[in-house]
Amino acid sequence: MTIRHGWSAAFMYIALIVLALVLIYPVYYAFASAVMSPEESSQYPPRMFPSHLDFSAIRSVVDLVPIGAFIRNSFFIAAAITVGQVLTASLAAYAFTFVKMRFRAFWFGLFLSTMMIPWEVTIIPNYMTVKSLGWLDSYPGLIMPFLASAFGVFLLRQFFLQLPKELFEAAVIDGCGHWRYLARIVMPLSRPALASLAVYAFLNAWNMYLWPLLVTSTPEMRTVQIGISMLQFEEFTAWNIVLAGVSLVLLPSLIFLVLGLKQLVQGITAGAVKG
Amino acid sequence: MMFMQPSEGRLPASWRQAGRRKLAVRQTSRRRMQLRENVIGYAMLVPSLLLFAVFLFYPLGKSMYLSLHLTDPRGRIAAYVGFENFTALLTSDAFWNSLRVTGLFTLYTVIPGLVLGLVLAALTSRPRRGMRAFQLVFSMPVALSIGTAAVIWMMLFHPTMGMLNYWLSLAGLAPIQWLTDPKWALISISIMTVWMNSGFNYIMLHSGLQSIREDILESATIDGAGPVTLFVRIKLPLLSPVLFFLTVVSIMHAFQSFGQSHILTKGGPAGSTEVFVYSIYKEAFVNYQLGTGSAMSLVLFMLLLILTLIQFLVLEKKVHYQ
Repeated sequence: MTIRHGWSAAFMYIALIVLALVLIYPVYYAFASAVMSPEESSQYPPRMFPSHLDFSAIRSVVDLVPIGAFIRNSFFIAAAITVGQVLTASLAAYAFTFVKMRFRAFWFGLFLSTMMIPWEVTIIPNYMTVKSLGWLDSYPGLIMPFLASAFGVFLLRQFFLQLPKELFEAAVIDGCGHWRYLARIVMPLSRPALASLAVYAFLNAWNMYLWPLLVTSTPEMRTVQIGISMLQFEEFTAWNIVLAGVSLVLLPSLIFLVLGLKQLVQGITAGAVKG
Repeated sequence: MMFMQPSEGRLPASWRQAGRRKLAVRQTSRRRMQLRENVIGYAMLVPSLLLFAVFLFYPLGKSMYLSLHLTDPRGRIAAYVGFENFTALLTSDAFWNSLRVTGLFTLYTVIPGLVLGLVLAALTSRPRRGMRAFQLVFSMPVALSIGTAAVIWMMLFHPTMGMLNYWLSLAGLAPIQWLTDPKWALISISIMTVWMNSGFNYIMLHSGLQSIREDILESATIDGAGPVTLFVRIKLPLLSPVLFFLTVVSIMHAFQSFGQSHILTKGGPAGSTEVFVYSIYKEAFVNYQLGTGSAMSLVLFMLLLILTLIQFLVLEKKVHYQ
């Protein structure tokens, strides 16, 4: 029994290590190439390990492309979208949970139905709208279309519904109005759900590709995704300069992942509330 | 004991009037409260509703309108053509090709992605030494996005300098033209996509496995279930809601994928990686045919609607909700 157990454990660890090496290799490759000298990275046969740390590629990419602007743009856009979605979604979710207005069921149904509309259907007219507003190549054009989220409303409503009803009744008897109840009681109690929505919204905004590709044209307005993928079209003498750019962009995400894996997991699995 | 209930008729007239006034006051205050509820409720909905109206409902209507028209190169309406855009689509080879490519891409990414996620989650489900490190490594691809992932793989796929072909040569195999051979290009971008999505699938399935109650597993073990039986007969059925969710979401993502084709292959070679959204992009933003582009996007909408409906009608019956 124990011998069999030992063998299966060994087998399991071998499988784990092989899978981990395969999955981590592309990221390792990017970082390893980033710290190789240009000659080293273009050797054949390719090198697995850098012989020494060489930061010339990183220096070149910082000099040649506005990589700081890419990161700043992406960060600002994702943060604005996150704040906007959390605000609009908590207001609407509060109304759908606690305020007894007319046609509430109808509006909620309408909100839910918007989740079925794929973003691609709206992209051509939205492009025309943003263009006619003069928002091409600007922050409003990148942010405004994403400030409301039906998914966020749904997620928060499910959470608000679980708050004890007695709390609301007691607050009403004490003469507490809706706005105050929302700000003082509901929002603080819903911090886990708000955090989940925030992580989810931030990740999605950070990873946007098609929309920023359409509405940005100058390098200074590009987001990380567009800026990085356009590096390959630039004429560089060595391709490890491109990978140095990729590594610079990946570093904050990886640090964020290591520090906040738990919150990230909660944010991502929040998307599965009753799939 | 009996009480004499004072009937209204015996009350003085002034009392009756006062009572009626009080009732009226209560009614107007209730009406006022109802009004206030409505005002507050709608005030809270307005920000979302306004944004949906401008960036979702209006564009949806506009897409339908555009799909019935031809546009000039500057994007203005040139002529009403009825359903000609749609009939032209249904008879064009490019449309059926991009449908076929999207279908194959879905097949190549969804099933391997789920299997890989399941294997990783199963291997790390038991608390053992070093598991946290493996959990971190297997979650890591969520830190990657289409831009960064595609650029890294572009280098790995490089025909002469890339690592993949170098390893093939070490194994004594002929090099593969990963991104330029029509037979391989779609498989290549699928490999990259499975890798990029593996973090998300792993996180979902891992937390699904963690939420299975320990006592269920214990009683099954006491009844003599081995690890394989335990996984197939107990864990998989309990995971089925997560698996169902992941299937629906992965199919949706596969149908909406764009960046892979745009960065790695530009839809080529010979249209072999031209997924549906890439066709829409090309039609609307490269050829400036907003009418036919809109028609294509509506077809995508219908396809996704039908696919999701089918999944809920057929697959969800097999899902075991606790």
